Amino acid sequence: MSDETKVRRIVPIGPYHPLQEEPEFFKLVVEGETVVDLEINLGYNHRGHEFISPELTYDQVPFLVERICGICSNSHPLAAVLAIEDCAGIKPPPRANFIRTIIHELERIHSHLLWVGLAGHFIGYNTVWMWAWRYREHILQVFEMITGNRNHYAANKPGGVRWDIKPEHVPEIRAALDLVEKKTMMLTKAVLDDPVIRARLEGVGILTKEQAIAWSVVGPTARASGVDIDVRRDDPHCAYDQVPWNVIVLSEGDVFAKAKVRLLEIFESIKIIRGCLDKLPDGPIDMRIDEIPSGEGIGRTEAPRGEVFHYIRSDGTNRPIRHKIRAPSYMNIASNVVAVRGGSIADAALTLAAVDPCYCCTERMAAFEDGMLKYTGKDLLRLSWEKTEKIRERLK
Amino acid sequence: MKDLRLWGLKKSPWVYHVAAASCNNCDIEILELLTPRYDVERFGVVLVGSPRHADALLVTGVINRKSLPRVLEVYEQTPKPCLVIAIGTCACNNHIFRNSYNAVGPYDKHIPVHAYIPGCPPKPEAMILGIVKALSKL
Amino acid sequence: MSSSLQLLRERFPQIEVMEKNPRRLYIRIPREQLTATARFLHEERGMRLSICTGIDTREGFEVLYHFSEDSTGIIYTLKVLVPKDDPKVESLGSWFPAAQWIEREMHELLGIDFVGHPNLIPLLTSDTDWEPDRRPLRRDYERRNEAHER
Ligand code: SF4
Repeated sequence: MSDETKVRRIVPIGPYHPLQEEPEFFKLVVEGETVVDLEINLGYNHRGHEFISPELTYDQVPFLVERICGICSNSHPLAAVLAIEDCAGIKPPPRANFIRTIIHELERIHSHLLWVGLAGHFIGYNTVWMWAWRYREHILQVFEMITGNRNHYAANKPGGVRWDIKPEHVPEIRAALDLVEKKTMMLTKAVLDDPVIRARLEGVGILTKEQAIAWSVVGPTARASGVDIDVRRDDPHCAYDQVPWNVIVLSEGDVFAKAKVRLLEIFESIKIIRGCLDKLPDGPIDMRIDEIPSGEGIGRTEAPRGEVFHYIRSDGTNRPIRHKIRAPSYMNIASNVVAVRGGSIADAALTLAAVDPCYCCTERMAAFEDGMLKYTGKDLLRLSWEKTEKIRERLK
Repeated sequence: MKDLRLWGLKKSPWVYHVAAASCNNCDIEILELLTPRYDVERFGVVLVGSPRHADALLVTGVINRKSLPRVLEVYEQTPKPCLVIAIGTCACNNHIFRNSYNAVGPYDKHIPVHAYIPGCPPKPEAMILGIVKALSKL
Repeated sequence: MSSSLQLLRERFPQIEVMEKNPRRLYIRIPREQLTATARFLHEERGMRLSICTGIDTREGFEVLYHFSEDSTGIIYTLKVLVPKDDPKVESLGSWFPAAQWIEREMHELLGIDFVGHPNLIPLLTSDTDWEPDRRPLRRDYERRNEAHER
């Protein structure tokens, strides 16, 4: 592991990432304090969804894909039913479309808050973590009220939704939104105005626009790098074309921009949900589907982390013969290789986490200690905290 | 000495969280336990960063071929006696993934499990109840 | 008809277009033209590679390249048929980093060879507990009792 001039060392991170709670495994190759390369090793979460899906009927498939990932547990079923509907050429009733939109945006709020909290924890701001997760609870309660479960809502089925939003739910949803909006506003101000956080996050882990395009990244990671894509606007589905909202695009590409995009998107989501609640049409929430003809269908939707892509091929029976699932992190994590290169070790783990990696998704398809361990996840966390402390001292 | 350890375990269990091919939700709900709404640190439950310090392992997810050696390694590293609590249907009985080519779980095939908390994911209340019950059995 | 499709038809007259609906186009292309077509879509039309799908069909392996044109919301799916006795196709990963992972995945789960890929090693499966010629997404893969075999 050495080259002529400098000693190269390998720093394994994972399978327990200091910031995320899932197994993953990175190997950082460092020279002194600088990261020169990254090797990503996947597979600790691969469960073979694409293999199981052809064994299930179309009604069961949403339950399977829901269990790809616990944070985006609405995006995958939604994309899957959109693919099934695309294949069969059916359009769900309007009320179902609005309910899908509402659930989907509520999910985005809780997912972004989750990320903000974990990122705060990582740079040594545990208060941010506690705050953000507390506000997230209100959203989970709304889910429990509408669907009966805090996560894994089982909201989508081919041709409609399973749960209706009853009139008595609407005021409670609005109340939760008001609360979350107020608190998130406070949190956003606190985070964006804090000089220490700014100094810590700005200029770290930059992904340029060219790199973003070459790696085909999606979602907030792409939008923070100036790539103006959002499937909700570009390929309208559900009720996204019937309510007003904006796509947030920033050009810096660093971790700060990624955080800012996510925080600002929370407000857009709140706007979408309010618009949907105002316009919520009456009518049935599902429809009868007699058969799925043979053919193929593509469904995609914007998960909190970016575009989710499902491809379904049917042979006319009640089971798909091929179901391809592409989660957003699949594209985003691969781009980490360029984002961490040239940064310092103290920033590496933060950069890796900035794409909001979701390994479960990626691997539907790595820090255990192995012999070479130089820094553990804890050490990286400590390094990161120390750096924050230093900045704090300097800014005093 | 053993009594002392048991007493320590019951008073303030230090838990280490092992995720092997889970869907993440159980893991988030475990972290949720630490945040203000449930705040189990009140009861002395502390999440630690290394299995060498752990009294109890909270295990989630179906084990897959790649994570099995890691799980066994973690189990080796934890000092005994150590409680193993399987959280979520995945960890209890492989769930919807039982026909997958990559699932080699559930946990009790490979390591002794002391408590099962089914649910997908179990509610945080259920997790607290399960942990308390497992501790009171000691 | 969208302009990208028109240009594509002019440039590559052999392609066969199937329009499922206005936003989902499926385009069958000869195996030899894959790189040229993909380069045209990505570099000249600015499309993003969403993902590839590998399917084991009776006629052979079908490899689908889903390109997304974000300005119009149209997905262009390139379909390449790869014969089973010669499962080789040009790699896009050599010039397009976004395709590297998925090609590795298709290689390990289906056994398609991507010629020119910089690093065609397994992506997901275990390096210790996995037989190298096990291809679970093939049709002839024995499906029963996976979990109980060990
Ligand atoms: S039990 Fe459910 S929530 Fe828990 S890891 Fe399994 S699928 Fe996810």
